Amino acid sequence: MEHTHHYRDGRLCRRLAEQIASMCAEDIRIMEVCGTHTVSAFRHGIRTLLPRSLSLISGPGCPVCVTDQAELDAFIEIANMPDTILATFGDLMRVPATGSSLQKEKAKGKDIRMVYSTMDALDLARANPERQVVFAGVGFETTAPTIAASILAAHAESLRNYSVYCAHKRVPPALDALMHLSGIEIQGFLLPGHVSVIIGEQAYAAFFEKHRIPCVIAGFEPADMLYGIGRLAEMIASGTPGLENAYGRAVSEQGNLRARQVMDRVFETTDALWRGLGRIADSGLAIGEEFADFDAARRFCVNVRPAAAPAGCACGEVLTGRCLPPQCPLYAGVCTPAHPVGPCMVSSEGTCAAYWKYNRLSDGWGK
Amino acid sequence: MKNHTIALDHGSGGLLSHELTEKIMLPAFDNPVLSRLDDSAVIESQKGRMAFSTDSFVVDPLFFPGGNIGDLAVNGTVNDIAMSGAVPLYLSAGLIIEEGFAVRDLETIIASMAAAARQAGVSIVAGDTKVVPPGAADKLFINTSGVGWIDGDLEINAANARAGDCVLLSGTMADHGMTILNQREGLSFDADVKSDSAALNGLVARMLSVAPDGIRVLRDPTRGGVATALNEIALASGTGIQINESSLPVRKSVSGLCELLGIDPLYAANEGKLIAIVDRACADAVLTALRQDPLGTDACIIGQVTADHPGRVVMETAIGGRRIVDMLTGGQLPRIC
Repeated sequence: MEHTHHYRDGRLCRRLAEQIASMCAEDIRIMEVCGTHTVSAFRHGIRTLLPRSLSLISGPGCPVCVTDQAELDAFIEIANMPDTILATFGDLMRVPATGSSLQKEKAKGKDIRMVYSTMDALDLARANPERQVVFAGVGFETTAPTIAASILAAHAESLRNYSVYCAHKRVPPALDALMHLSGIEIQGFLLPGHVSVIIGEQAYAAFFEKHRIPCVIAGFEPADMLYGIGRLAEMIASGTPGLENAYGRAVSEQGNLRARQVMDRVFETTDALWRGLGRIADSGLAIGEEFADFDAARRFCVNVRPAAAPAGCACGEVLTGRCLPPQCPLYAGVCTPAHPVGPCMVSSEGTCAAYWKYNRLSDGWGK
Repeated sequence: MKNHTIALDHGSGGLLSHELTEKIMLPAFDNPVLSRLDDSAVIESQKGRMAFSTDSFVVDPLFFPGGNIGDLAVNGTVNDIAMSGAVPLYLSAGLIIEEGFAVRDLETIIASMAAAARQAGVSIVAGDTKVVPPGAADKLFINTSGVGWIDGDLEINAANARAGDCVLLSGTMADHGMTILNQREGLSFDADVKSDSAALNGLVARMLSVAPDGIRVLRDPTRGGVATALNEIALASGTGIQINESSLPVRKSVSGLCELLGIDPLYAANEGKLIAIVDRACADAVLTALRQDPLGTDACIIGQVTADHPGRVVMETAIGGRRIVDMLTGGQLPRIC
């Protein structure tokens, strides 16, 4: 962790911010796609160093936030099945489903376990052979390989009581869907670092060729983000869009080939429902035929009924950059981190939660 | 003790309860008030103001690098009393034990309580033990309550912070919280982290001796961490608090673990640290006094109290930006990606 200090150097960051300011003669709008970028920008005070003419718009990069209401309801249904343990990453616990949340179900006595890794979920299955262990598979290409690996491991040892309810999503098709939305006026994308470690720069090539919009892959430390934003500002100012990897120490052209192979072996692409973006072709990952036995949706015939987002909640608009959290009628009044209405207020990577947590002062700094 | 594990009868009030008290508790806590074994402890009182506090300890795991639930239970209540400027003197201890708990573990924990009490200069003068069936409690819960007396007209409370005061922290953040998180759920990263569990009454006495009128607020930032304690002070006093990220002390190993797990050290628990809001005129003297104590060697000034943004804590980040440091909402959950 020692090396992170170099990327948090105050003088370096201020110099990068000054360079950005010198390139922002006109108003520009950049979308940071990843929720970790959103939080990092607030946590390190990056927004307060940027010129007022540059707007950093948060995108659909918080995995639990883009999870459709119907999928959240399906997790609740699974948690209520007899003799079942639902294993999940912590982020999902407090996200409001229709009339409940996993945390509320756990308080009612349902067996819901928070795990740090899918391997912990496998251990649960091994230790509880008389019960079904279902993993709530939510996340982007970052987490998908570890979930695929858990299915391969369960398959190899014929673990009959382990399965995954797969609600995984892919980032590149969502970028394309964003470009077709009206009213977002994004001039450049700061592309996610962790996702790109897996899928590589190549995964965005088709998107870039189609839309010719500035795209820069960036890391999460302040200097990484400021450098990435600077490259985007320069491309926008000079009218020379490019696809650039500014996170070379972690992201390669092809990504993590081993992780991609594991994903390709277990999953196949499918259409998926996104909060705020609706159905996007090929934007989801489903468990392929060879591993159908490990698909909780098929094993338990989970009934996924269309479900409406909470009334008045603007999470869908916030996730797509069409609305800033303070513009949502529920923000800070009805919807707060203690009593969240929509997922963006509860997830640690949610845009509304980040605005609330880091940016709630009357003098308006850090727009 | 003949038994190797605790049985329901050890909490029945009968012969086995008596044996537990006689064989384990009394020798460890050894003091004349307790050994009378009356229904209540009778202690000599001083005229003046008394500080009284209670805390329940349910930490899992019971044993962790740097301590166990026993010393934690003593230090926790000693510290709560000390944070009002009182001199802690007497503690009670209530144990709820799950049937089947190993007697050897209980002996180790009681010995730790006794050692922590000796170290802090307090006596455990009253106690109670209950045993519940398996599943009705998780291994062992301990409640401690305690009293202490406040000298003269000392007024130390969260409402006292004034614009211009300095904010001091007695040492590194997040040691306890990250140690427990690392131990839990088999998440044992090979990290060099250990709990900071310690009694802080000695440190408080040292501070008061150099600045009897200059200590405005004392808080031990346990659950919710430094961030939550500072917010409580800002809200209670109607002032703003401004801190500097680059001044915040965190051990490298702890900071690495925090990065890895997506935990902000500002919100992780401490069990042997205090925050002091101190009159600026005395800040240097208090800091020097803190650093002379083994528990305060890493003490530093982390910020100041301001008239701006009342009720809010604002941090100047390491890169020169600004952000709010909010109260913790719910527990910190591990991140998904």
